[in-house]
Amino acid sequence: MSRLGEHPIVDFDRGREVTIYFNGKPIKAYEGETVAAALYAAGIRVFSRSFRFHRPRGFFCAIGKCSACMMEVDGIPNVRICKVYVRDGMELRTQNSLPNAENDIYSMFDSMIDRFFPHGSHYKKFTKPKFVRELVTAQMRKFTGMGEFPKAELNEKGEYEEIETDIAIVGGGPAGLSAAIYAGRTGAKVILMDENPYLGGQLIKQTHRFFGSGRHMAGTRGIRIGEILQKELYELPNIDIRTETKVFGIYDGVVAAVEKDTKLLKIKPKKIIIATGAYERTLIFENNDLPGVYGAGGVQTLMNVYGIKPGERGLIVGSGNVGLILTYQLMQAGVEVAAIVEAMPRVGGYFVHAAKVRRLGVPIYTKHTIKRAIGKKKVEGAEIARLDENWCVVEGSEKRIDCDFICVAVGLSPAHELLYHAGVEMRFIPELGGFVPTRNRYGETTKPGIYVAGDVAGIEEATAAMMEGRIAGLDAAIKLGYGDEETVRLRDEIVEDLDEFRKGPFGERIVAGLKKIVVEG
Amino acid sequence: MSDMKYLERGYIENDELPPLPSEERLTGKRPVAYIECPQPIPCSPCLESCKYDAIKMENINDPPEVIYENCIGCMACIRVCPGLAIFMLHIKDDKGYVTLQYEFIPWLKKGDRVKLLNRKGEEVGEGVVTWALAPERNDRTQLVTVEIPKDLIFEVRAVKRWEQ
Ligand SMILES: Cc1cc2nc3c(=O)[nH]c(=O)nc-3n(C[C@H](O)[C@H](O)[C@H](O)COP(=O)(O)OP(=O)(O)OC[C@H]3O[C@@H](n4cnc5c(N)ncnc54)[C@H](O)[C@@H]3O)c2cc1C
Ligand code: FES
Repeated sequence: MSRLGEHPIVDFDRGREVTIYFNGKPIKAYEGETVAAALYAAGIRVFSRSFRFHRPRGFFCAIGKCSACMMEVDGIPNVRICKVYVRDGMELRTQNSLPNAENDIYSMFDSMIDRFFPHGSHYKKFTKPKFVRELVTAQMRKFTGMGEFPKAELNEKGEYEEIETDIAIVGGGPAGLSAAIYAGRTGAKVILMDENPYLGGQLIKQTHRFFGSGRHMAGTRGIRIGEILQKELYELPNIDIRTETKVFGIYDGVVAAVEKDTKLLKIKPKKIIIATGAYERTLIFENNDLPGVYGAGGVQTLMNVYGIKPGERGLIVGSGNVGLILTYQLMQAGVEVAAIVEAMPRVGGYFVHAAKVRRLGVPIYTKHTIKRAIGKKKVEGAEIARLDENWCVVEGSEKRIDCDFICVAVGLSPAHELLYHAGVEMRFIPELGGFVPTRNRYGETTKPGIYVAGDVAGIEEATAAMMEGRIAGLDAAIKLGYGDEETVRLRDEIVEDLDEFRKGPFGERIVAGLKKIVVEG
Repeated sequence: MSDMKYLERGYIENDELPPLPSEERLTGKRPVAYIECPQPIPCSPCLESCKYDAIKMENINDPPEVIYENCIGCMACIRVCPGLAIFMLHIKDDKGYVTLQYEFIPWLKKGDRVKLLNRKGEEVGEGVVTWALAPERNDRTQLVTVEIPKDLIFEVRAVKRWEQ
C-alpha cells in the first residue's frame, strides 16, 4: 500500500473519497489531492508517451514544469495533471498512444525509428513526388503532435478584474510572504499572488527542523515556519491574498495573472516584488526519462504533502542538503534508501545532515555517478560507477543498485522567466545557480520599482530568502512614502544581519557571486 | 576546508571528536551536552536556546563550543538542533547514558529494548530506553535516553527499535 497511514511528523487529513476514471477504469482518490498523486497512489507509473520515440514518461517534477504528466482531462487535451485537483467523476485519458500509454504499440518506434528516419530525414525522404510527400506528412502528423482537439467546450464564463495597488508580490514562498508581511506592516496596500492553492512555497514539504539563524526561526520545522508566516500575514487587513493565481507576464509595469483558471487579472502596482523561487535541475544519464526517475521536490510533494510513498527502495543522486534531507525524510516515511551517490570527492551539504543518515546505515558513495537507470516501463534498478580525477567513469567499477525509484537532487536554478519578460538586466553567475538579475542591496533591479527576493535572486536558503523578502518589502514601502525612520533602521539592520549570516565558508560562494551582481544604488 | 576528511565519509573518526568533557563532569549530577558539529555552517538555534552561557559561538558560522562546566544538562539545545548533532552524555553507577533525538514511528517508550548503532550505522550492542520525552511535547522530536555500557558513550549515536 503506497498511502502512508501514520507518519512521525505529518498528520495527513485526506478529504472526501471520490472516484476518478483513468482510461475508463475507476480509481479511488481523495479530495484535496492532485490527479497525479491519486494515480500514483493507485500504482500507475506511465502517464504519457514521448513525442517521437513513444518512450514511457511519468510523474517527475510535481509542480507543473516538466510536462511529463500531460493527459486529456474531461475532454480537454494537454492538461498537466500534477496541477489539477481530483473531482468526483473526472475522466482522464492518456494521449498519443494506442491503445493507451501503458501499452502503447507505437513504442516499437523507440528501437527502430532512428534506423529508418534519423533526425532531420523528413527533409530528404519522401519529398517527391508531391502526392507522396503529402501522404507521408499526413501520416507522420498522426503519430506526433500532442493530444486531440478538445472534445469538451469550456463553458465557464471568463471574468476580468482590474486592481490598483501599491505593491504586487509574485510568489508566496518564504521570500514573498516575508515581503508581504513587512511591507504590509508599514501600511502599504499589497497584493500577494501564488499559483498554488496554498501559500508557503517550498516550506510546505519541509518536515525537518530548519537550520539557519535561531533569530529567524531556525530550529523550527519548515512546515511550521510556513504556518507562522501565514498567521502573521492574515493579521494584516491591507494584504489581498490570491492563491491559484499564476502571473504570466509583466507588461510595462502592469502585472498580468490568471486566477483559478477563469479570471484574468490586470494589476497596476507602484512596485513589484518577484519571489518566484527555483526549479530543480536534472542530470543526463541513460534512461533518465524512465518513470521512477524523479526530482527531489516531486518526491517530497508526494510523500510529505499527500502522504504517498514514492516506492520501497530509492537511490539518491546528489549529496547536497536537499539530497541528504530528502534521504532522512524518506526513512521517516518508512522508505529504504539504498545509497546516496555524489560525484564530488566529498559530501556537498552540511556534515550534520550527512551524519544523521550515515549513522542509520545509508552508504554515501562519493566520487561516484549514476550511469543509467534500468527498467523497461519503470525503474527496476540503477547502475552506478566510480569517477576518476578527470570525472571519467572508471571502467569495471560499475555496480548495480536495486531500487524502484531514483531521486535526482543536483541543485536548483532560479525561476526567472518573469524577470526576462520585464526586461530586467540578467547575468550568468554560477555561484548563484544560473541567470540572475543585477540589483542593488535592497533587491531593486535595473528596472526601477521591480525587486527580487529569495531563490530567484540566487539559490540560497530560507533564512536568506526571508531576510531578502523583508528587505525588499520594506524598501518598496519606504520608497512609496510609508513608514518612518524606524522602518529605515529596521531595513538597514536586516541588511547587516544578512551580511553577517553569509560570513562563513558556506557563504563565501554566495558572497563571491553577489559581488558580481549587486550594484550601488 | 582542506582538512575536512569527515566530509568524505559522512562521519567523524575518534581523532576528529570535539574535546571531551572531564570524567568529573560526565559523572556529575546531570548529563552534559556533547555537540558533534565540526563544520562551520550558518546555524545557531543551539546558541539561542542556551540560558546558561554554555555554548560559545562568536559568529553564526562558528562551530558551537560547549563550556562543559557551564552546562547544567537542561536539554534546551537538544530539543531544537536541526542537525540531530547533540547528545546528552552521562555516567551513573558505572553505567552509560546517551540521550538523543528520535523522529521515527513507532515512538519509543521507557523499557523498550533497542539496537545501538555507531556513527557508521554498525550495530555495536543493545540498550534499554530509560526515559522518553513524549513526541508531542517537542513538536515531534522525541528525546530518548538509553542505558548502554559506559565505554560506549562516545560511540553510540543512533538507536533502532528491536524488532522481534
Ligand atoms: C529538500 C529541501 C530542504 C531544504 N531545507 C532547508 C533548511 O533546512 N533551511 C533553509 O533555510 N532552507 C532550506 N531549503 C531551501 C528553502 O526551502 C528555499 O531556499 C526557500 O524556500 C526559497 O524561498 P523562495 O520564497 O525564494 O521560493 P519558494 O519557496 O520556491 O517559493 C516560490 C513560490 O512562488 C510561486 N510562483 C512561482 N512562479 C509563479 C508565478 N508565475 N505566478 C505565481 N506564483 C508563482 C511558487 O508556486 C512558489 O510557491 C530547502 C530546500 C529543499 C528543496
Ligand atoms: S509537469 Fe506534471 S509532473 Fe512535471
